Amino acid sequence: MLSPNTDPSSTAAAAPSSERVPPFEIHDMTVAYHNKPVLWDVDLTVPENQLIAILGPNGAGKSTLIKAVLGLIPRASGRVDIFGKPYETNRSLVGYVPQRESVDWDFPISALEVVLMGRYGHLGLFRRPGKHDREISLDALDKVGMADYAERQISQLSGGQQQRVFLARALVQDARLYFMDEPFAGVDAATERAILTLLRELKEQQKTVIVVHHSLQTVREYFDHLILLNMRVVAHGPMAETFNDDNLQKTYGGRLAILDRAAEAVRQAKE
Amino acid sequence: MQRFGLLWLIPVALALEITAVEAFGLEPIQQGIVVLADLFGLHYNSFLIWLGTSLLGLTSGVVGAFAVLKKRSLVGDAVAHAALPGLAIAFMLIGERNFIGMLTGAAISGILGSLAISWLIRHTRIKSDAAIGIVLSVLFGLGIALSRIIQDDPTGQQAGLDAFLLGKTAGMISQDLLTIALVAANVLVMVALLYKEFKLIGFDPDFAAVLGWPVLVLDGLLMALLVFTTVIGLPAVGVVLIAAMLIIPGVSARFWTDKLHVLVPLAGFFGLLTGFVGTYASAQFADLPAGAVIVLSGSAVFMISMLVAPRRGLIARSLLELTTRLRIARQNLLRTLFEAAEENENIDIPITPSVLLKLRSWSPRQLQVLSWWGRLLGEVESHPTGWRLTEAGRRHAAQIVRAHRLWEVYLVEQASIASDHVHRDADEIEHVLTPEILKDLEQKLQAAGRWPATAPSSVHPLTEGEHA
Amino acid sequence: MDTVLGFDAIGFWIIATGILVNVSGALLGNYLVLRRMSLLGDAISHAVLPGLAIAFVVAQSRHPIPMLIGAALAGLATVLLTELIRRFARVAEDAAIGVVFTSLFALGVILISRVASQVDLDPGCVLYGILESAALDTISLAGLEIPRMTLTLAIATVIIIAFVGLFWKELKIVSFDPNLATTLGLPTTLIHYLLMAMVAGFTVVAFEAVGSILVVAMLVVPSATAYLLTDRMHWMVLLSVVVGISSAVLGRESALMLDTSVAGMMAVAAGAHFVLAVLFGPHYGVVARTLFQLRVKLRIQREDIMALVYRWQERGSGSAMPRNAIVEAMSGRTGHTLALNMLTWRGLMQRAADGFSLSDEGRKEAGKLIRGHRLWESFLAKHSPLPDDHLHSPADRMEHFINDKLLQDVAQAVDHPDTDPHGQPILSNGKG
Repeated sequence: MLSPNTDPSSTAAAAPSSERVPPFEIHDMTVAYHNKPVLWDVDLTVPENQLIAILGPNGAGKSTLIKAVLGLIPRASGRVDIFGKPYETNRSLVGYVPQRESVDWDFPISALEVVLMGRYGHLGLFRRPGKHDREISLDALDKVGMADYAERQISQLSGGQQQRVFLARALVQDARLYFMDEPFAGVDAATERAILTLLRELKEQQKTVIVVHHSLQTVREYFDHLILLNMRVVAHGPMAETFNDDNLQKTYGGRLAILDRAAEAVRQAKE
Repeated sequence: MQRFGLLWLIPVALALEITAVEAFGLEPIQQGIVVLADLFGLHYNSFLIWLGTSLLGLTSGVVGAFAVLKKRSLVGDAVAHAALPGLAIAFMLIGERNFIGMLTGAAISGILGSLAISWLIRHTRIKSDAAIGIVLSVLFGLGIALSRIIQDDPTGQQAGLDAFLLGKTAGMISQDLLTIALVAANVLVMVALLYKEFKLIGFDPDFAAVLGWPVLVLDGLLMALLVFTTVIGLPAVGVVLIAAMLIIPGVSARFWTDKLHVLVPLAGFFGLLTGFVGTYASAQFADLPAGAVIVLSGSAVFMISMLVAPRRGLIARSLLELTTRLRIARQNLLRTLFEAAEENENIDIPITPSVLLKLRSWSPRQLQVLSWWGRLLGEVESHPTGWRLTEAGRRHAAQIVRAHRLWEVYLVEQASIASDHVHRDADEIEHVLTPEILKDLEQKLQAAGRWPATAPSSVHPLTEGEHA
Repeated sequence: MDTVLGFDAIGFWIIATGILVNVSGALLGNYLVLRRMSLLGDAISHAVLPGLAIAFVVAQSRHPIPMLIGAALAGLATVLLTELIRRFARVAEDAAIGVVFTSLFALGVILISRVASQVDLDPGCVLYGILESAALDTISLAGLEIPRMTLTLAIATVIIIAFVGLFWKELKIVSFDPNLATTLGLPTTLIHYLLMAMVAGFTVVAFEAVGSILVVAMLVVPSATAYLLTDRMHWMVLLSVVVGISSAVLGRESALMLDTSVAGMMAVAAGAHFVLAVLFGPHYGVVARTLFQLRVKLRIQREDIMALVYRWQERGSGSAMPRNAIVEAMSGRTGHTLALNMLTWRGLMQRAADGFSLSDEGRKEAGKLIRGHRLWESFLAKHSPLPDDHLHSPADRMEHFINDKLLQDVAQAVDHPDTDPHGQPILSNGKG
């Protein structure tokens, strides 16, 4: 399914020979927002072809982790590898679903146009999306149950439908590794089910999906692998081993106060 | 990143164009204008001005549309003000009124101004509004101070800086037109070529960054287009009014369409129309400042768009709101009468106003108006003690009650799936769904054997004909 | 005109008028900057133009009272129209402002050009102001010849000071959280429109002096400068006034020197204050922030070197650590020479022939650092399932930021162990 337009380096990385390389590695990453450290010394390697949840309390730096990996906010230190190569080289293997609130939904475009944007990575400068891209995009809309809304202006969609349009856009990126920022936040049950179906389908297609999640209730059912985050990686591993009271206690409560104050001390010193 | 290496072609193309213009000079352009003016039976000068303002309107409309969508409407205003010191410094350096030189000076200080705004927003606690205000006023103050210094200089009178404040449309010469045409052509070609790129960085710049696009370069390019358009507009309409030329067409076009690929050309058309009509109007009232007249014709386009545009226009929206409210009120009246009759187990007993007022939150006056309207529609008939439904009213009311109850059941059954559509409470939901969905729903419930149990028996026979 | 005495008087009145414009603008501008409405101020200052023209046509004179009313009404119309277009036509606020003020300005330009023949209200005066000739048009007051413009501005300044003083607490709450203000029962809308009317009124009396475009410089720049310098409301107001006065004086002096527009140079002077605040502001300034970060970096570097030498001595590798061993351990970090020099200069370390060793005081300091480091490691080991070899680096960074109180709590949380996860002894408090 890889587009012929993908540049040679990424196709090489996508070849079976590199199958052993983990899809995603972070080495010693620290991120600071306005001098306030929000993530410390993250070291992470995730397994391939898994549905992976990033779970943690509010302000734990879940979205920050994804944004720093994708280079949307600067990293104070550290390196990110995608399929064994620096992120900048292997960018085309990565798909991204941002938080719904991050864009202006009054923008004068249709749902289909948003999805077509996912094809832009496969198009050259000055080139317009063609018939083939439209077909792929309509397929993707169909997969998320939004085929009837293709020509709808995006402000006329409900929150859940907007989220599904974003998912469809990620689908047509045709990536091997997906980052999704809170796709389940504030959506209705139908959308939640549609997203879940889609996640499972992606897994069947040998993709790796990393999802920022907020619900302790559903995380076990939806995902295979868990990263517990609270300003640093508290625990990560297969769901069955990682999802236990001890780890959750470490992530959400108990000694949080001291970590909080430590962060505050660093912030004061650095400001 | 490599794919964007092509962007380096832009300065190369610009250099080639300027060389070509230098080589051929103004002669061919002037000849062309003479021929065209003759064709339309116009004066050389008025034709030139007409052409200039229309082209300017077209370009500023197209570029401004992107600025408006990126919530940068007033950055154009700031850039126009910030261009003044650049003009003055260019004049000081060159020593005469050289159009290309002064344009370059204005563009440089305009770009510096826009960079200063972005830098202040990103790196200090100054918010965007104050950043725009500071850059605009301080650089304008600098411009005024510099231009005063020039004017005191004996040669300074020809700097024509005054003209840049309020604009001197009538003073347009073929050199000006050439500049406008050149910039307009470049800007329009650039927007056409980079339409897809500008669209994405307008809607979701983070996503563009994840795709590996040079978002800053593209954004800077869009900004540069804005600056150049602003600068060529200065001599024609002046500092303050060029902002209007950038903002008004885009905002007006937004009322008419939800599609960017319609909006951008439409904004260009509105700009063109503004320039065209404005120039015509100012020719009728020769003593009025042309720039201001052009802007006011733009304001007229805005007001017309705001009022009469379909769907997003004020009239269309208030009409829609009114009809929705009336429809809901009418249905509520019918339903209340029907349900009260159900309670009585006799549809012929009239319902007294006190019963209706108890069931609904209407005021007696509202009830009067509603029942009058019901009688007008032939659905309600008056009775000494109150009102009751006519035959037609009964049929309609039964339909409404059925839909309403269907929804109540449906919500209880499958609320989780449909919660997307549940914007209102059950009382109003029947006004949101289409008849097709209702029919489908009913069939589902009938198949599940739930229809007769929940639907009132008095309703069923009345409506059977429609669904059999 | 009296060339000797008159010059002084003219200079005095110009500065006085400039100060009044700047001070009253700064007082109002604080609220515009805080409420993110600076551009509404800009819009109002442009849009008073048609108000002036209409007032002139109606009153058939240049009497200040009808002019003031006309302009204030036009200013309020700007605010109202912007709000209406934003709310009912669902246009983004900046675009709504842009449409309204440019349209009103165009209307004003046309109206003024129509009535300009009957009155000396030329567009040039509207755009640039006539501060330089302020002293030419005077009024006799208690035997004193006071320029009319100065008098009007003085009255306006008094009214504005009274307004800010009387509504101090209300303006503060409304600027910070209008919703809270409404729930507290404060007349939020009234205060909003009062403020807007004040801005409009100020614009009218100020534009004659500095021109309608530079009015926004007086409103926004001193206030924004103050905003960069302080976090307290009353300091912000005070500082904005100081910046305003200073801009007026410096603006006039530099204009005199360059023989150019006083109003323009006042805006430039205010801009210079702003640039200085951006660069050298005590807390938010670029230089202060950079220096502070450098200082933190250098302190961390010093502490790392002390800990390094401490461990060297603890391991018994020798009493002094050779310089090249230190440099090697600090690989990739710049500034270790400076850090070493500072340490010896402060007497925390001694330079010997074979390298560097800690002084007694240095040992005490280093001991405290090491204790913090090892306690933090124990804490992370107990409360984080990371493998041991991953522990070192987070702890390495944290020790520089832990204060005594936090360290005590950390020690408590790990039950005061004797050794850290690597088996190294944890020293008791403060002992080296």
